Amino acid sequence: MKGDHHMILRVIAKCLIPLIVIYGFYVQFHGEVGAGGAFQAGIVLAVALILNALVFGLTPTMRAVPPWLARSVAAVGVLIYAGVGVWAMLMGGQYLEYQALFGEPPGGHDGQHAGIILVELGVLCAVSGAMTTIFYALAGRVAEIRDEDW
Amino acid sequence: MTEIQMGGTGTALINILFLGILFVVALAIARLRSLFAIVMLSGVYSLVSAAWYILVDAVDVGFTEAAVGAGMSTAVLLGAMLLTARTAKPEKPFSRIGPFVVCLAAGIMLIYATIDLPALGDPNSPANAGVGLTYLQINWHDTGVPNVVTSVLASYRGFDTLGETAVVFTAGLAVALLLGFGERSLAETLRNAPKPGARPAPARKDGEAS
Repeated sequence: MKGDHHMILRVIAKCLIPLIVIYGFYVQFHGEVGAGGAFQAGIVLAVALILNALVFGLTPTMRAVPPWLARSVAAVGVLIYAGVGVWAMLMGGQYLEYQALFGEPPGGHDGQHAGIILVELGVLCAVSGAMTTIFYALAGRVAEIRDEDW
Repeated sequence: MTEIQMGGTGTALINILFLGILFVVALAIARLRSLFAIVMLSGVYSLVSAAWYILVDAVDVGFTEAAVGAGMSTAVLLGAMLLTARTAKPEKPFSRIGPFVVCLAAGIMLIYATIDLPALGDPNSPANAGVGLTYLQINWHDTGVPNVVTSVLASYRGFDTLGETAVVFTAGLAVALLLGFGERSLAETLRNAPKPGARPAPARKDGEAS
């Protein structure tokens, strides 16, 4: 850390980033009863990471969350989503028919809940991973953000 | 969205205020030449429109606009801005008469088309009377999920959402394939500074993204 440039920015960002992450998970898991859902939660998580990269530098962020991890997470998210559909097919239902996940009769809601939660988990991974990948691709082309660029 | 049925004069005034702010911000964006100010103002534009969406009861749309438009796009545009010059080229006056006429004509046609739109919250509008009403009636029995938006998005239209997720993934992949994965800068910085960074990143970041 050179000098005391952006000291206030760093302190505030350090306080804000955990809150942003918690809020992202709140949006994710509260999506069933409130506004928001996995798409928004994924963006919020990616934004927390981007804020970390903007304030503390790209290199520590890339060391913490390497680019290969970000793009793998994105791919795994899509696989989770598609896998829920395959699971429903294996249980004798149609593709993405959550009712069939546990072989419930109509009126049972466990399969719906589990299916939606799993699918939203997949969306969360895909969106946060893809957004992080996009940011890394753009930000990785300049070594660091210089002071006069702020 | 031309008529405000639900609120009284107060809501109408807030609507006019928000739309006026949007208009002023858009004018400022069109006139400015500093890219940093333009990026920041486009974030402001998204934030104000998010507030306005919430005012017209489109909470999920407003939330998405705030997260994507104000948060993500601004950050990505900042990253893109650093790759180019800091200011846009100045333009000759009166060189934009043609585009202005096209915009004006399109705007007049759009305003003319809004006359046929159903009023906000009209129970007889196609959006509220057709399949939307059916979802509201059968959702609780079908899925037991309180938020109809979630059950429509993830359950009834699960296949569409799978497509959307694949689109997001493909977009990330396409950008990464075009621009590189950003690893070159990481390798370069690591080579220049073999000592680990002055500020070790928090370990929880790993768990956050996965």
